[in-house]
Amino acid sequence: MAKAQTAILDKAGIKRAITRIAHEILEYNKGSEKLVLIGIRTGGDHLARLLQSRISEIEGVEVPLGSVDITMYRDDLAARGNLPIGKTDIPFPLDDKHVVLVDDVLYTGRTIRSAMDALMDFGRPSTIQLAVLIDRGHRELPIRADYVGRNVPTAREEDVAVVFDEKKSPFEVRLIKP
Amino acid sequence: MSFTHKHILGIEQLAKEDIQLILDTADSFKEINSRDIKKVPTLRGKTIINAFFEASTRTRLSFEIAGKRLSADTVNISGSTSSVVKGETLEDTAKNIEAMAPDIIVIRHAHSGAPHYLAERVGCSVVNAGDGAHEHPSQALLDLLTMREHKGDIEGLEVAIVGDITHSRVARSDIYALTRMGARVRVCGPGTMLPIGIERLGNVEVFTDMREAIKDADVVMMLRIQMERQSNVMIPSLREYARFYGLNPTNLQLAKPDAIVMHPGPMNRGVEISSVVADGPQNVILDQVENGVAVRMALLYLVSGVESMQTR
Repeated sequence: MAKAQTAILDKAGIKRAITRIAHEILEYNKGSEKLVLIGIRTGGDHLARLLQSRISEIEGVEVPLGSVDITMYRDDLAARGNLPIGKTDIPFPLDDKHVVLVDDVLYTGRTIRSAMDALMDFGRPSTIQLAVLIDRGHRELPIRADYVGRNVPTAREEDVAVVFDEKKSPFEVRLIKP
Repeated sequence: MSFTHKHILGIEQLAKEDIQLILDTADSFKEINSRDIKKVPTLRGKTIINAFFEASTRTRLSFEIAGKRLSADTVNISGSTSSVVKGETLEDTAKNIEAMAPDIIVIRHAHSGAPHYLAERVGCSVVNAGDGAHEHPSQALLDLLTMREHKGDIEGLEVAIVGDITHSRVARSDIYALTRMGARVRVCGPGTMLPIGIERLGNVEVFTDMREAIKDADVVMMLRIQMERQSNVMIPSLREYARFYGLNPTNLQLAKPDAIVMHPGPMNRGVEISSVVADGPQNVILDQVENGVAVRMALLYLVSGVESMQTR
């Protein structure tokens, strides 16, 4: 039986959220100096790319963009067995940078914990900030997002999926009921 | 595609998809080796024993570094300093190692089949780091990763392997791996160094004339003349061998202009490979060594994943 799915954010809504987050990032950091974007694979890296192009439209500056695969840093690797290891691509130093970590959905916070551990292995950023498209609650660690596209109250049994098209551009956010 | 091999005993047991997954995983791990902090917590709390009952610098170091970069605890034992010299059997040594609860044993042994023997008798994963004249799977995998990086795709490549094919575990593992991935292999050496029936391994052609073997090849892989072993009885002299089966700037011109030159090391400069070629622009010998660490990280990660799935 197919699971019941409800669209909770459409393409235009996603675009508006990204635009707002881009403005908030620039406002909080007083511009784009020393700013870098790191997307968490896979999903966050596509959103980070969108944020980068929005920031460049606003400021006329292309901020450095990287991606991180957190599999190597997971806290449940032993229980999960063989997860495929994806590529991490951070071709610039993070020392003294304002790093904005980007993910699609914030849930338990464990992914973010893993990603922060990974970033620390690449240097010592001045700050790490977190931008997510959806915050669905149910944190298991003391982690919060600095920039949120939409807060979506969910039940644990539910799932939230950001759907991307073939060009890796997000076109819908769905709430999936069990 | 998930990996199901608890042990890595040889390439012979691996399917094309397994090899692909190992190479892709190695490719992802490779980036760690260029970081300032070359360590990830992936195998934290795992114990890896490197049991090297035969001399090795490169492979042992490579496995040790691979384990350490994944945060595993690696412990080395070598034949000359272990109880083996006191007459302990491999089985007893293995049982004793196992009593200390390692997660992976990496074994190098002079006898073909020693890793298989061990794998049947211990509960942990066993990774073959070279057994006799049988297989050297991690070497073949790092060779393939290096070829893939330089040539894009392994399928369709013409690979010439020159040297003592009979006694080379590297050649055997490479032949299995290359033919499985769709490359064509040419083996070449004096008649005394070519095993009978090698062409039956699949896409393998046999040559005794090196010039024919490397003509238009994409990859020229030179094997070491194993002076400490039987080589001296199979060839009249090193000088004669170097003349007919040594790679030099002149005969290398017969290969494709963009051919790469590989060697598993340690090299005998002036015997199977001239120094000009070994240091020349076509050599990728140090890339092989670099890729060795990434490939071994991938192997350790993948076998330990299988282990944890089984005990769950």
